[in-house]
Amino acid sequence: MNPRSADRGTADRGPQTADRRNAEEVPLPSAVRGPRSDYDVERIRRDFPILSRSIRGRKLVYLDNAATTQKPQVVIDRLVRYYTEENSNVHRGVHYLSEVATADYEAARTTVKKFINARDEKEIVFTRGTTEAINLVAQSWGRVNVREGDEILITAIEHHSNIVPWQLLCEEKKARLRVAPVDDDGDIILDELARLLTPRTRLVAVGHASNALGTINPIAEIIAMAHANGSLVLVDGAQGVPHMSIDVQALDCDFYAFSGHKVYAPTGIGALYGKESILDAMPPWQGGGDMILSVSFEKTTFNALPYKFEAGTPNIEGVIGLAAALDYVSLAGIENIAAHEHDLLTYATGRLREVDGLRIIGTAKRKAAVISFTLEGVHPHDIGTILDREGVAIRTGHHCAQPLMMRFNIPATSRASFAMYNTRAEADALITGLHKVIEVFR
Amino acid sequence: MSDLRELYQQVILDHNKNPRNFREMADATRKVEGFNPLCGDHYTIFLKIDGDVIRDISFVGNGCAISKASTSVMSSSVKGKTREEADALFDVFHKLVTGDKGGDVEDELGRFAPFSGVAEFPTRVKCAILAWHTLKSALHEEKESVTTE
Ligand SMILES: Cc1ncc(COP(=O)(O)O)c(C=O)c1O
Repeated sequence: MNPRSADRGTADRGPQTADRRNAEEVPLPSAVRGPRSDYDVERIRRDFPILSRSIRGRKLVYLDNAATTQKPQVVIDRLVRYYTEENSNVHRGVHYLSEVATADYEAARTTVKKFINARDEKEIVFTRGTTEAINLVAQSWGRVNVREGDEILITAIEHHSNIVPWQLLCEEKKARLRVAPVDDDGDIILDELARLLTPRTRLVAVGHASNALGTINPIAEIIAMAHANGSLVLVDGAQGVPHMSIDVQALDCDFYAFSGHKVYAPTGIGALYGKESILDAMPPWQGGGDMILSVSFEKTTFNALPYKFEAGTPNIEGVIGLAAALDYVSLAGIENIAAHEHDLLTYATGRLREVDGLRIIGTAKRKAAVISFTLEGVHPHDIGTILDREGVAIRTGHHCAQPLMMRFNIPATSRASFAMYNTRAEADALITGLHKVIEVFR
Repeated sequence: MSDLRELYQQVILDHNKNPRNFREMADATRKVEGFNPLCGDHYTIFLKIDGDVIRDISFVGNGCAISKASTSVMSSSVKGKTREEADALFDVFHKLVTGDKGGDVEDELGRFAPFSGVAEFPTRVKCAILAWHTLKSALHEEKESVTTE
């Protein structure tokens, strides 16, 4: 994806004055533009204020990025500026502030559209995050498209948020939830998936990348297989958007869901992409203000896309912060970020393999920078506590993927996950911490 | 490292490696499961209750060192005790791991002392207390399963 400095100000389409002010005031992230060789991780780190704080007297080593990422100063500043200068409700006022807020809100939709290369702004629905986006599809699309005996196909690697909404739908509709298995490396077994595609398969819901194992799933192939079978595809892109460039048109997926907070934006905001023709045919999900054109007690006429799916006052601050975060990522270059993270993945994997008794869970050929592991004789929770005392933040547990843990016959793993600002030195700190764990336990 | 050594005292590490009463019980009169959803601790506690007395107790399951050691110590300390005595021990243990110095209950035998470091680790209190909540539920026949949430 090419850096899109033109999108930098989120208020490009705002009133004249706001436009000019933004152009002057939005500070350029110090993230380096240009080819990979220029990727200056130390400069990027300086953009994230939290990274310079210490935890229990030690420098923070934040390796829990698959749970949520830290926020760059430009995003934090953007939220402050919104509340300091622009706060107002959107789509409802004729006054100046409401115009500014509405313009920024809609400009953010354009930013998201470009970021994932959707065809039209109408195809971008703002949601609270991935979970809400998936629930929206399950409940709205599912309500009219899934009948008794139909099937929804998911995979064994899914996050609970791409399992439970479909389970609820299937229960309600007496439909069947089917699950494509994964192999010992954590790769989806495509032959099995093909076998599970039947004339009754209405939709395939699959993660772009696994938060628990890091596996990057061959979604283009899965989408082609599903479409050949006449099934729609929803991609859970929570771990896709932060780590690779996304082109929903090239992928040809029908839905793509992601969360802002995993890509350096605030919590509580995310988006659902849906093909216009499909979204258009779906019934509204939640009812309320903004999603209507006119209301009488006899009949309500619903608003056009995407507003039909955005009932009530939205998370305006979140939407504006999301655009600032995506602009920041674009300036650093998602390809540069991907290359940097891949280097960290390779380096950390190599170093972890040297640790006695350590087993990496998830050894797919294509992985995002997520490493799950177990350490012989030590429960992940104990590892997490000891690393925390070293200032190293990792996640331990089942990673909202209990069926996947069962598949690997383990109750939990420890997981280190990397982002654009992590360094090899931080991977080293993880290793040093693990040696402390071993020292305590042996 | 010192507060970590406080948390992971030798006694805890020993109970973790070699938990006492770690077995199923075919003729149990009561069986209750305990979960800690945060970290996936999962134990089943078996009891043989005779009138008011815990004749036998055992457990199986999986979890972190703190939860496993705590379940192990709990099982040895309540064996042969009455419900009331077990409830009193619960209170002693609870006060210890939550750092509550008030009250007049005392850990007379110092049996629970190895868990005193837990109070410094708020996220680990649930791990330590899980076994005791599960026991309480089993004794008072409240629920078939207990979670720390
Ligand atoms: C793969 C995957 N899907 C879905 C989600 C849910 O995202 P959110 O909690 O932001 O809705 C997550 C986040 O944990 C995830 O990693």
